[in-house]
Amino acid sequence: MVNKRPCYCYLFPFGLGHSGVHNPLEAGQSPADLQQIGALAVNPLGDRIVDSFFPDGNHRVDFPGFVRVLAHFRPVDEEDPGMRDPKQPEPLNSRTNKLRFAFQLYDLDRDGKISRQEMLQVLRLMVGVQVTEEQLESIADRTVQEADEDGDGAVSFLEFTKSLEKMNIEQKMSIRVLK
Amino acid sequence: MTAKSTLEPPTHLRIVGTQPPPSQATPHSVGSQDWLTKPGQLRWGREDELTCAQGGGEAPPRGGGLRIKGHRHRLAKGWRAVGTQGAMPPHRGPLWALLVVLVLVLPWAGAIEEEQGGASQGFQIVTFKWHHVQDPYIIALWILVASLAKIVFHLSHKVTSIVPESVLLIMLGLVLGGIVWAADHIASFTLTPTVFFYYLLPPIVLDAGYFMPNRLFFGNLGTILLYAVIGTVWNAATTGLSLYGVFRSGLMGDLQSGLLDFLLFGSLIAAVDPVAVLAVFEEVHVNEVLFIIVFGESLLNDAVTVVLCSVFESFVTLGGDKVTGVDCVKGIVSFFVVSLGGTLVGVVFAFLLSLVTRFTKHVRIIEPGFVFIISYLSYLTSEMLSLSAILAITFCGICCQKYVKANISEQSATTVRYTMKMLASAAETIIFMFLGISAVDPLIWTWNTAFVLLTLLFISVYRAIGVILQTWILNRYRMVQLETIDQVVMSYGGLRGAVAYALVVLLDKKKVKEKNLFVSTTLIVVFFTVIFQGLTIKPLVQWLKVKRSEQREPKLNEKLHGRAFDHILSAIEDISGQIGHNYLRDKWSNFDRKVLSKILMRRSAQKSRDRILNVFHELNLKDAISYVAEGERRGSLAFIRSPSTDNMVNVDFSTPRPSTVEASVSYLLRENVSAVCLDMQSLEQRRRSIRDTEDMVTHHTLQQYLYKPRQEYKHLYSRHKLTPNETEKQDKEIFHRTMRKRLESFKSAKLGMNQNKKAAKLYKRERAQKRRNSSIPNGKLPMESPVHNFAIKEKDLEFSDPEEAPDYEVEESTGGIEFLVKVTKDTASDSPAGIENPVFSPDEDLDPSILDRVPPWLSPGETVVPSQRARVQIPQSPSNFRHLAPFHLSSKSVDSFLMADSSKERTHILPESTHM
Repeated sequence: MVNKRPCYCYLFPFGLGHSGVHNPLEAGQSPADLQQIGALAVNPLGDRIVDSFFPDGNHRVDFPGFVRVLAHFRPVDEEDPGMRDPKQPEPLNSRTNKLRFAFQLYDLDRDGKISRQEMLQVLRLMVGVQVTEEQLESIADRTVQEADEDGDGAVSFLEFTKSLEKMNIEQKMSIRVLK
Repeated sequence: MTAKSTLEPPTHLRIVGTQPPPSQATPHSVGSQDWLTKPGQLRWGREDELTCAQGGGEAPPRGGGLRIKGHRHRLAKGWRAVGTQGAMPPHRGPLWALLVVLVLVLPWAGAIEEEQGGASQGFQIVTFKWHHVQDPYIIALWILVASLAKIVFHLSHKVTSIVPESVLLIMLGLVLGGIVWAADHIASFTLTPTVFFYYLLPPIVLDAGYFMPNRLFFGNLGTILLYAVIGTVWNAATTGLSLYGVFRSGLMGDLQSGLLDFLLFGSLIAAVDPVAVLAVFEEVHVNEVLFIIVFGESLLNDAVTVVLCSVFESFVTLGGDKVTGVDCVKGIVSFFVVSLGGTLVGVVFAFLLSLVTRFTKHVRIIEPGFVFIISYLSYLTSEMLSLSAILAITFCGICCQKYVKANISEQSATTVRYTMKMLASAAETIIFMFLGISAVDPLIWTWNTAFVLLTLLFISVYRAIGVILQTWILNRYRMVQLETIDQVVMSYGGLRGAVAYALVVLLDKKKVKEKNLFVSTTLIVVFFTVIFQGLTIKPLVQWLKVKRSEQREPKLNEKLHGRAFDHILSAIEDISGQIGHNYLRDKWSNFDRKVLSKILMRRSAQKSRDRILNVFHELNLKDAISYVAEGERRGSLAFIRSPSTDNMVNVDFSTPRPSTVEASVSYLLRENVSAVCLDMQSLEQRRRSIRDTEDMVTHHTLQQYLYKPRQEYKHLYSRHKLTPNETEKQDKEIFHRTMRKRLESFKSAKLGMNQNKKAAKLYKRERAQKRRNSSIPNGKLPMESPVHNFAIKEKDLEFSDPEEAPDYEVEESTGGIEFLVKVTKDTASDSPAGIENPVFSPDEDLDPSILDRVPPWLSPGETVVPSQRARVQIPQSPSNFRHLAPFHLSSKSVDSFLMADSSKERTHILPESTHM
């Protein structure tokens, strides 16, 4: 498997048995490192997800930063919501934060809204070549329209949350192994 | 002779012909009249009905009839007994009559037959040949009775909301069985394993597989397998051993059974039954995860049951002491062979089926047949190879569903859906009814209180223990935990059913001495689980507040974001180096897209198979329909030209609709059909006959308002062609129009869009180009010229498929390219009227053969002006043509908006266009 090596060094970036690679302890990872992962190249949203590891134009991610992103995908523990972190009321894997993570993948210009253009770009990434551009635009229009409540032609985070309120986000945006 | 009989007018009363079957040589009408006239007798129906029941020839020997034995339908023979029994003691008359009234038809038969018996010899004009038809006749009658019973049940909503249908059917079966038995003193109709396994079970399982929610199923496959395999083995072993233990303690008295007999019994009573589970859970609506686990288990445990039963049966045959370790190993090996082999057979047949449906374009009418035949063959094949037939047909359904649904036409898909549901539902009805009927047979009943009660106790208790243990293990690995409530429902939902009964009936009495005890206990268990648990599970679920499933239409947002979440998860799994569900799913869907779909799907289907697009299509269809309905309500479609929608492609649904308009699609369709002519075919025909432009223009203009013209097409009959009904036509028409409009408006707008797109995607592309020279997932191939390229692309998609080129697609593409050229030509000269509405735009270059099939609105006709005739004919029709303009304007507004850019930008874009 092509991506085996980089994978492990991401999971154990502090060199647990992988000290030879990159020496991530010092430098952290750069986007190029993550892009080496072969499977990401065929993932339609791969690049965006890689980008989300590097907020604010950074070009390096250290281990805590890396883990912080992954933490979004921990399954929600329903037992003791208050016990986790008293200072921070919302843990990273809360429903809102999971949604926020998804939202910022759409919202490229970081203005807190998914515009029609942004929606269209995502659609273009995700829908096969068979769908014509015209259909894509209609879908984008429709999607924005469906979620848009205040009529500004864009989807704010609130509207985004609202449009997905029936969906089991806690389940859909969790990975078991990160428990 | 039969041919001659048609010459006879139907009112002819005297039936001359006689050629009585030997058994009916002597008329018995006198005898039966005798008992009829006895005082105190119940009188049911007309006299001739009664005589028919009684009249006729000699009764065949008792044991001979009335048993559905295998697929040879010996049951039919029984009915001859009913029809012809003359020597029946009078006191049974009323009951017989009751049954006869119930099935309603035979009276006539009997009456005629009897009359024949008395008539003179000679040339026969009408003959009565009951024997020729009796087999299918009786089967049909029973199905009719069962179906009628269902109608009766549903007359009272109160009853069906409390009592599951399966329970009612068993009750009905018991009553009918009682009647039959009382009349005949033998259990005439029973559910035989052959009928059950070959005819009744396959439709149910196929239905389950074909409509299986695949994602849910495979997402929980591990859990399902654990319950199905380990759980069933656990149930079988514990139940069998415990019963044996109790037997050794002497509580059951003297039974001629050894350990192996008990294990055999345990293994056949252990399996949860798919039919019973479906029947009960369908009415309970628990949440989908819970449902899929219980239901999946019931389907997949078939392999275990089959293997366990055959292993123990052969052990019983061998005798306990001769069983060696090798046999046990063989048993375990055979489990894997049976289950994996069955699955493999299913997958292979699914592949075949998908492949076949790819090439059925010209035989649309038999398309649905393939689905049933090939699936059924998978069942029979694996039965032939003594593999798990249920697994085979289940997986055949599961694997083929995606490709078949994409390949077959919409009508065929509907046909498949309804036929499958109908067959499954009918089979289920018959199974439960005959379970009830079969129980009325004193010969099979051997009562052993301890054995029966302990079996009931053990299966419930061990099921619960098994579920708890396995859930405990599973919850360490499952992301979605199974709560205590879920476990209660799972334990309680372990219903036993007809599979167990059929298996126990199959036992050989010579080998298994206590077969009758096993049969009666199985019946008790089945009845207890289906009736008692079936009745109580609904209140239980309500009381425990189990999460219910909610049925709703997926919204576009949910679909899109849901898909995005999948991608995100699989990317995160890639990054973190985990091989999990999402990873596997991603790999599979890649494989599916790149290999399987290419082989198994029509090219046109590949094109439109995107799920997001599908949801979009559905929503659009509804839109389009409500568009028209709204227009109709107001008498014109001009309303659509409102400020709020002027700058949007879609209908704005946030505008509140007047409450007088019912939004339901079916309502709209009904309305439309009655009032408006959207009958494509009649329009087409008319157009063909009167080929003058004015008339066509009339159609363009007034197709929304025309009342129905003549209906010649209705009277044509063809076995191979179904004239699509108006609703469908209308759907399609509106849909095509909408899509066509959008396609056109895109093509005109596309050039303008390039610029924006480019600006927004500049950053993205820069980086992507570095890595994506070879793999281009988004299809952003660099191209020379947009117009040229688009044309090629269109051609590629539309024309290169030899087996699949539906008419409308050809039209669309032809029109599309044409239109594009046109736009390129005249953008500069675009008048304020905007782009010609594509819907009404001319397609000059269509070749005649296509032209023949073009719907009116696509046909040549430059100007759209209502004809004089039209104005006269339909007074309400708008005399001002602007009223007709909704599509026109809505597309125009968008187009002109975008065109504004495009006309400016065109020169820059043309040379470097990289987008399609």
